[in-house]
Amino acid sequence: MAAGAEMADVRLALDPFDPAAEIAAFNAAHPHAGGIVTFLGQVRLTGGVEALELKHYAPMTLPGMEELARAVRARWLLEGLSIIHRSGVMRPGDPIVLVCAAARHRRDAFAAADFAMDHLKSQSWFWKREKTAAGWRWIEPRAEDFTDLARWDHSASR
Amino acid sequence: MARLVFLGRLEDVAGMPQTEVPPGPVEQVLAALAPELAVALLDEKVRMALNGRLIGDRGAVVLGKGDELAFLPPVSGG
Repeated sequence: MAAGAEMADVRLALDPFDPAAEIAAFNAAHPHAGGIVTFLGQVRLTGGVEALELKHYAPMTLPGMEELARAVRARWLLEGLSIIHRSGVMRPGDPIVLVCAAARHRRDAFAAADFAMDHLKSQSWFWKREKTAAGWRWIEPRAEDFTDLARWDHSASR
Repeated sequence: MARLVFLGRLEDVAGMPQTEVPPGPVEQVLAALAPELAVALLDEKVRMALNGRLIGDRGAVVLGKGDELAFLPPVSGG
């Protein structure tokens, strides 16, 4: 395994972050990677949603994200991995989550980012609510989130 | 005292993010809360974590002084 493959940059961001700057820094840090997949999740602009709030539980949220990063690295051969997830109040267009996976070959990078996102959506310690003119409303996980997650139970590890 | 922490929508049901309670068996602690809150906390989809660790057998929990019991409804991240 290449030097640095054991490391993952995992952050719980309490303030806004700049995805372009994060991606540029990640790319520069992994010159040996032939493929880098980055996924950005942002607050979508839809009718009536004024704000989105993600809440976390300090004793468990970041430790859970670190455990997820370890699982991703154990499953795919990566040159590097970065997971940044916001907590706090966001507006449409604001970044929520950024996953960067660097690998020698692209398929490992695609799969690692996909796996990380499915687990961040429905198996990490975040609670989401949105604000409309009617007030705040908690968002429950969708059925698709669980079917997305279940895809990984039966697939080969590599 | 011990602390109860209410995550997600449970914070709205409780009307507060956390509260201090006298230590003791969890059923005794819940019995002292508003019935509507106790019912919401005992929903089968709500998980519990004692001092940051998920617990399997919810009925067996006894809160000691300084313990923190968190109630975790279904998550939604990303």
